[in-house]
Amino acid sequence: MRPRSSGGSVGSAGAARSSSTDRLIASTACRARRVRLPFVRVLAAASLVAVTSACARDDAELAARRAHALLVVAETGPNSLDIHGVGANRQTYGLAWNVYDRLLTYGVKVDADGVATYDYTKLAPELAESWQVAPDGKSVTFRLRADALFHDGTAVTADDVKWSFDRAVSVGGFPTFQMKAGSLERPEQFEVLDPHTFVIHLDRADKLTLPDIAVPVPVIINAQLARRHATPDDPWAMRWLKNNAAGGGAYRVESWRPGQQTVYVRNDAWRSGPLPRLKRVVVREVPSASAQLALLTRGDADVVVGLAPHDIEQLVDAETATADVSVIAVPVENALQYLGMNVKQKPFDDVRVRRAVAYAIPYERILAAAMFGRGIPLWGGPPSPSAAWPQPSPYVEDLEKARALLAEAGYAGGFDTELSFDQGFATTNEPMALLIQEALGRIGVRVTVNKIPGANWRGALLRKDLPLVLNTFSGWLNYPDYFFFWAYHGQNAVFNTMSYQNPELDQAVDAARFESDQARYAEQVARFVEIAWSDVPRVPLFQPLQDVALRSEVRGYTYWFHRQLDFRSLYKENVHAG
Amino acid sequence: MPADGARVVAKRIALGLANALPSLAGVVVITFILTRALPGDPAAYFAGPAATEEAVEQVRRTLGLDRPLPVQFLDYLRELARGDLGTSLTTGQPVLEEMAARLPASLELTLVALLLAGAIGIPLGVLAATRPGSLVDQACRVGTTVGVALPVFFTGVLLIYAFYFLLGWAPAPLGRLDPLLDPPQALTGFYVLDAILQGDPALAAEALRQLALPALALALVAMAPLARMTRASMLGVLGSEFVRTARALGLSRFQVLVVYAFRNALLPVLTTLGMTFSFLLGANVLVEKVFAWPGVGSYALEALIASDFAPVQGFVLIMGILYVLLNLAIDTLYAFVDPRVARGA
Amino acid sequence: MSTAAVPVGAAAARSGGSETWRHVRYVLAENPLTFAAFLCFLAIVATALVGPALVPYDPLASDTAAALSPPSLAHWFGTDQLGRDIFSRVIVATRLDLGIALAAVALSFVVGSFAGAWAGYRGGIADKVVGRFADTVMAFPLFVLAMGIVAALGNTVQNIVYATAVVNLPFYIRLARAEIVRLREAGFVEAAAISGNRPLGILVRHLYPNALPTLVVQASLNLGWALLNAAGLSFIGLGVRPPTPEWGIMVADGANFVVAGKWWIAAFPGLAIMGTALCFNFLGDGLRDLLDPTRRT
Repeated sequence: MRPRSSGGSVGSAGAARSSSTDRLIASTACRARRVRLPFVRVLAAASLVAVTSACARDDAELAARRAHALLVVAETGPNSLDIHGVGANRQTYGLAWNVYDRLLTYGVKVDADGVATYDYTKLAPELAESWQVAPDGKSVTFRLRADALFHDGTAVTADDVKWSFDRAVSVGGFPTFQMKAGSLERPEQFEVLDPHTFVIHLDRADKLTLPDIAVPVPVIINAQLARRHATPDDPWAMRWLKNNAAGGGAYRVESWRPGQQTVYVRNDAWRSGPLPRLKRVVVREVPSASAQLALLTRGDADVVVGLAPHDIEQLVDAETATADVSVIAVPVENALQYLGMNVKQKPFDDVRVRRAVAYAIPYERILAAAMFGRGIPLWGGPPSPSAAWPQPSPYVEDLEKARALLAEAGYAGGFDTELSFDQGFATTNEPMALLIQEALGRIGVRVTVNKIPGANWRGALLRKDLPLVLNTFSGWLNYPDYFFFWAYHGQNAVFNTMSYQNPELDQAVDAARFESDQARYAEQVARFVEIAWSDVPRVPLFQPLQDVALRSEVRGYTYWFHRQLDFRSLYKENVHAG
Repeated sequence: MPADGARVVAKRIALGLANALPSLAGVVVITFILTRALPGDPAAYFAGPAATEEAVEQVRRTLGLDRPLPVQFLDYLRELARGDLGTSLTTGQPVLEEMAARLPASLELTLVALLLAGAIGIPLGVLAATRPGSLVDQACRVGTTVGVALPVFFTGVLLIYAFYFLLGWAPAPLGRLDPLLDPPQALTGFYVLDAILQGDPALAAEALRQLALPALALALVAMAPLARMTRASMLGVLGSEFVRTARALGLSRFQVLVVYAFRNALLPVLTTLGMTFSFLLGANVLVEKVFAWPGVGSYALEALIASDFAPVQGFVLIMGILYVLLNLAIDTLYAFVDPRVARGA
Repeated sequence: MSTAAVPVGAAAARSGGSETWRHVRYVLAENPLTFAAFLCFLAIVATALVGPALVPYDPLASDTAAALSPPSLAHWFGTDQLGRDIFSRVIVATRLDLGIALAAVALSFVVGSFAGAWAGYRGGIADKVVGRFADTVMAFPLFVLAMGIVAALGNTVQNIVYATAVVNLPFYIRLARAEIVRLREAGFVEAAAISGNRPLGILVRHLYPNALPTLVVQASLNLGWALLNAAGLSFIGLGVRPPTPEWGIMVADGANFVVAGKWWIAAFPGLAIMGTALCFNFLGDGLRDLLDPTRRT
């Protein structure tokens, strides 16, 4: 704070003071101070005491309210109540998951560590009681539950389902894109047979159609209610649904303060699954990472998703862990953190340079220092790949080999380049980038580190002009061909950050996509993975873990591919269902 | 105050307003340019991670970002004239509404911080002034300056660690109120005040408890200029002729110090209060981030990072207006504190 | 503080010089804080100049095996997440942070004071325009303006310097203008005008030097603020690029670890910022006492 320079004198000051006057003033002022200041101070102290003593709110009442509600703390919350809206963020998917129903959902299984996860091989009924795929695979008929009601009490009919599906494929952007992944592309494909029968017609059989219906996007919206708020220039009621939920899911939005908190209350009339045990869920946005951890440890928050690896390590490490807080860690399916190299730019157009980089990366140190071990290693794998995904690449840290390869490619003197990452993920990506920078420096590659703010990141990725990129990609539908289709295929989607185009790989991926024979599928997968390892346009680093930190009395956590919290299975131990 | 004194004051206010308008216009223009100059493409951001080039173009057209800059500026001015500050792209809510909802949070925090800083800093300054050159004086200087030399976000984190995590004295840094409590009826937007008006002192106390740490972090910054200015000003006044006369005439020490000296020393302190207030409004950004305080600072910061123009423009404009009003208020206060001003001296 | 005009002979020179020196000693003795601050300032400058050559570890070298270790004999200030020695980083960062603060203040000082002096001397349109500009900049919440400039131009050291300089300009403009306005009615100005000096000459050779003391004091007080400004920008992610050591970024990174008990990562750079800002502030006070005793607070 800059004190303002005292321009001009005060009052009629300026007369020189003699020392005797000084003493006079000092002594009299002294005594006056003793009279005046304590008085002021006592007054202040008294009022402070009065106020804080009045703060005895009924602790028992508060405790009771806490026991029946789940308090979730997150860095960001939903920025819209409409998953089909433009710019809806990840947390909106989570909201849509709990507040809206879909026709189908996935089954749940328990993995080796005793953690409940969704089972991508098993589809389960939600709004649709039963469904039937035609023998030629080109249509699916769904029978809807007769007793399903929306939050406002109206019955759910096939008309609502059709309107919702039409909307999803018509609004454009991410929702339409996601629908397309399951061959759901045009409103003409959707047909209402009767109020409780809904039919989808397909151009070709696609094993991804049914799984795609169970992802967050195809929500069933209360069409009657929505239509009332539609206008000629806004036929899908985008404006209204952005701020108002019109669903029929297990939870209702009681209040939504964007940027602050969302409060959910249970929909007691929900019939599409077993009634959840939690009556109330409050999701509070706390941007500061230190505050999140502090809240959880002191019991002022029940669940935190997205704590930094370091904080998770604190909670997990034998020395610092407490019995109050537990961490559930699930490897994120079909996901990996990678270093991508733009194959259209020199010198990364030379496969030897790319391999050199792959041999220079300090894999162990990255996982240890940047991620505190919160990841599954994806290096040092067998020379010929299996059909599993993700799987480790055959590369390891070997600086000698790296230097030899660079020399062979003609870059014995090294070269200059830039490594970019999304600033929003700086907590993990920055240490990684720095370690990579240091390591590459040892083989002569001089790297500048470039942190790109979130707003520019997408634009930068779209332009595809970044030479070196640290990024993660994960696919909702847990199939390797799905991953490769978006990340490696020559169709050059935005996720193909390396601009990699290899017809041979494309062939294998295309074949695998519609392959139904298991053995041939495995062959094709192994084939395209092998090409990916050999050409190495992107170097896999590790498979990230989804770490959820919870108070020990919170049970029922289920891992979902969308990585948002499913409130419907959560409950608090030792609290009677209210 | 005599009748023509009131007229003089009114003239000063009118003049002040007239002088401020060109500055505000400059603020509007500069903010517009700056926000449009932000690198990054909100259209790409909002089209989502899977968007193709056409999808992004589509979003760009929907958001009106493909029109030439002067046209966009005129649109902006037209909307401003209607009182429409645009819509935030990240939250999708009208900026004016969000600012109106969040401004009381920032104002309450800043005012409490200012009160705290004043309650500690001004008496401290007076104390130091009455004992110039002594150890107390030096200690006062060091103490207040230390607060100013600390980065406010650092102070915030340390306070959380010490008082919440280690000692457990302060409540959780979750914002203005514990999430399981309902906020009071929104009359002024200031939780403490509203709770009292609602007849719920317990709620008011809760709100005060949540305010304690962030206000303290800000107050540490604000204390120094206040203490220094008070000290400097008091020193000057205490040495003046009229104080000597008052003493010589046998007035009590209390009267001399408070009624005469302090009141005359008040003027520069007032100005400093005003400047500190406007500075704090800007420094709020960092404190709000650390304490999860739902104020305008954190709102603008998130918008800035997302290249979301409307909230940043709205924030800066409203802060500019506040600043102007603040200066006017101080000018008016001057008139009351210093009768010479009202006389037009 | 102007000494006698022409020294006549060595004795006179010595007496003129020793007058100054005696005054300086007097002020420093009166004010132990100022003396301490002055020593501190010298120490900081020395660190900035020779520190990087003397540090025990390479500030950029990682050592993941020793990551997050508390202060010890091997690492006086402990290590950070990548095992880099915090002591070395703090010392090396001195040059950058000091440089940013000095550059920003120097820039705004030069530009602002000249603009303000010119406006104050000429009056009229120049005065109005410059005054408006200063008012406009001051109507922004200053930190937000700095944020906006760096965000718009990109986060490089130059842009941080420019942003801080721009945000500081109005203070120098106003101060310079006020000083010039105060001084221009003085007798010596009139004398200079009568003896045929051109306006610009009067401004540069007579008015401006007399306004300098106040301006310099303001500049030294500003240094602390410029430093905090750069640290604040780093905290919100608009600071210098990694892995360059800079106090602000180190505090921002370290803040995440404080709650987990690893206080040293943020504490030492934070103390460095605080100490340097304190030093600048007290130095400014001392300079004011030295140069303009009537304004002593």
